[in-house]
Amino acid sequence: MKIIEAHHVDIFYGTNHVLKDINMDMKENTVTAFIGPSGCGKSTFLRTFNRMNDYIDGFRKEGEILIDGKEIYKKNVRVEELRQEVGMVFQKPNPFPKSIFENVAYGLKIRGEKSKKAIEERVEKSLKQAALWNEVKDILHKPALSLSGGQQQRLCIARTLAVKPSIILMDEPASALDPISTAKIEELIAELKESYTIVIVTHNMHQAARVSDKTAFFYLGELIEYEKTKDLFTNPKNKQTENYITGRFG
Amino acid sequence: MISRKKKERIIEGVLAFCGFTTILTTVGIIWVLLSESLSFFSDVSLFDFLTDKEWTPLFTQKHYGILPLLSGTFLTTFIAVVTAVPIGITIAIYLSEYAPKSFRRNVKPALELLAAVPTVVYGFFALTVVTPFLQTIIPGLGSFNALSAGLVMGIMIIPLVSSLSEDALFALPKSLREASYGMGATRFQTAFRVAVPAASSGIVVSVILAVARALGETMVVAIAAGQQPVLTLDPRDSVETITAYIVQVSLGDVQHGSVEYRTIFAAGMTLFVFTFALNQFSYWIKKKYQEKYE
Amino acid sequence: MSNLSINRIIDTAFKYAGIFCTFLGLALLALFIGDILIDGFHRIDWDFLTNLPSRRAEKAGILTAWTGTAWILGLTSIIAIPLGVAAGIYLQEYGKKNRLASFVEVNIANLAGVPSILYGLLGLEIFGRVLHLGGSLLAGAFTLSLLILPIIIVATREALKAVPNSLREASYGMGATKWQTIWLQILPAASGGVLTGIILALSRAVGETAPLIVIGALAYVPFVATSPMDEFTVMPMQIFNWVSRPQHEFLVNGAAAIIILLVITFAMNGIAIYLRNKWQKKVNW
Repeated sequence: MKIIEAHHVDIFYGTNHVLKDINMDMKENTVTAFIGPSGCGKSTFLRTFNRMNDYIDGFRKEGEILIDGKEIYKKNVRVEELRQEVGMVFQKPNPFPKSIFENVAYGLKIRGEKSKKAIEERVEKSLKQAALWNEVKDILHKPALSLSGGQQQRLCIARTLAVKPSIILMDEPASALDPISTAKIEELIAELKESYTIVIVTHNMHQAARVSDKTAFFYLGELIEYEKTKDLFTNPKNKQTENYITGRFG
Repeated sequence: MISRKKKERIIEGVLAFCGFTTILTTVGIIWVLLSESLSFFSDVSLFDFLTDKEWTPLFTQKHYGILPLLSGTFLTTFIAVVTAVPIGITIAIYLSEYAPKSFRRNVKPALELLAAVPTVVYGFFALTVVTPFLQTIIPGLGSFNALSAGLVMGIMIIPLVSSLSEDALFALPKSLREASYGMGATRFQTAFRVAVPAASSGIVVSVILAVARALGETMVVAIAAGQQPVLTLDPRDSVETITAYIVQVSLGDVQHGSVEYRTIFAAGMTLFVFTFALNQFSYWIKKKYQEKYE
Repeated sequence: MSNLSINRIIDTAFKYAGIFCTFLGLALLALFIGDILIDGFHRIDWDFLTNLPSRRAEKAGILTAWTGTAWILGLTSIIAIPLGVAAGIYLQEYGKKNRLASFVEVNIANLAGVPSILYGLLGLEIFGRVLHLGGSLLAGAFTLSLLILPIIIVATREALKAVPNSLREASYGMGATKWQTIWLQILPAASGGVLTGIILALSRAVGETAPLIVIGALAYVPFVATSPMDEFTVMPMQIFNWVSRPQHEFLVNGAAAIIILLVITFAMNGIAIYLRNKWQKKVNW
């Protein structure tokens, strides 16, 4: 079932035409990777799915972006609810300067959850899902910033999971991490696929090949090729895609 | 139960109102000064105000010439700035170009303590320490004089000059100094040929703000400079500044709505014009400088 | 002598000039504090703190003055802190980058440079006459609040600016509204800087004399204020009053009161500097 659909999407920053006529859709419980050289618009496109571009001056969107069949840029859409449905993990781990527990509980609290027990259960479950529980269960009230970079990023994933999104957007989630932490995040993505739809932006083509079901290659604001990952990497249809994945530019 | 969106709107409105009070304050100051001054100028001609060489609104023989107050204000300000600027800038250069980092870290807060001392305390300092000391050097110096008040005001604004100038110097990229050192320049040459010119706008701003601060300073001059509105540029004389005059009238018993009452607003308006112009000028320099380097 | 050695001599000479100037300021401060301690310290005793003002110097105390300062500190905090922090939040987090915003910014820079005595004239007319508050504590607190508002606003904005954008994104990304993000994440993260600015601003208010003279605060108040509508005096006013008298005994009283006032302002500044250092260390996200 299609969960995200983009029809003829154009994005502008002021007079700058950042994305041009993008058409693509993503199925439930799949991992989609966006690859392409810096400045190709892949991060911008990712951020349209939870409207994180709204705060950028001069941002303008044309075309349709549907999630669960509904246009998310309509006036009556509450952007806060959308973001709880479409969670996001950022490039650099950005835990709040509070305790580990408070980080995971934040999303529940701002939604108005009062029951202490419900919050505690949810925090534990999310930390377990993010494969962090065993490492932090005895230090839940220590500052989140005392964790290592890789742990911080898994905490950010747990924080996102706590509000039960259906889609998780990941903007180069492992680019600031060491190889071991990166491997853990990739394992986690494979597990999370069972229950979530994941869209991941990555610079690392090997990572895209390892974790994703489908891959989209962006270049200069255009979607050049969007195929099953296996096919795109072994048998690219487009010359530019081939040049990029074989390392001739980027 | 109000909706989330409505709640957000209400909060934004309240916050915007608080931000708006700053504009109301400015409007209030200008309105108060302007309306009372206009009433004043319906009784006293602007020409007399600007050219009469005597200021005696509280005497039976009334004169309303602002010049004596202006000369007192400028004289004390001049002495203060001449004291504070060389010392303040020397401190700034020393701290940013010479001093070890740990020294700078400890001395800066200590200097800022100088700025934290209430001005009435500086007035006491001028009257009981500096004036008696000056009297031993300058024979015949009165208990109230422009020199003592000006010098103490100068000490008071040293931290303003040194702190702002030091910030400007410290913000310069390290590569700039390294380039000069790499050419074999001494620290002194690097400071005066490279660093000071590059940070000149910040230093100029610090000097302008120091002038504005000295023009508006009240307690030191009210305590130590005397209350004699005379047209003089002799630092040994007792003088009265605009601010000291406003204090003098405020302490006395002047009928609201009388010409005497309105003199403090006319004097205040004069002071406002000068400080406002200086502030605008410094802001303009700051903006211009930012555009150049960003 | 070669050019090089002349340059080195100049270099060293300036170094000592710098050290001299730096310590000149500090030495004057020390000299001055020493002088005041010699003049006034022996005068401080329990009676001095608990006596009402008197025309006889040796019987006069600062009870009305320090209680007045405490009142002013409290009332000014209540008025200026919420107003200043809210205005700072609005300008930094909501304000758009348009002409109105830059006008407000110029305006605040200007207000910060307006001499304090002119705030007194504003207070005299608006709070004293238009709002009929006369020379009351409330009129004084309103006047001083407007005076220190720019300091609080600028400090709040600086502290908010130092909070990294990733924190905002993290919170928005979780579906928080703008206000939830500010109230639950940004403001707590900036609290050290905001608090430092507030304390410095209040210490400024505690030391102000001129605007209070202008709004008609009295130098001689023979009773302790019990309501915000009461007439009042404050420590700097009392000092000014004593210093303006010719008799030596009153100067001694002035010096003693200055010691108390300096203890208050230095303590406030010390706390502010301590908080600032602590916060700056924490800021490394």
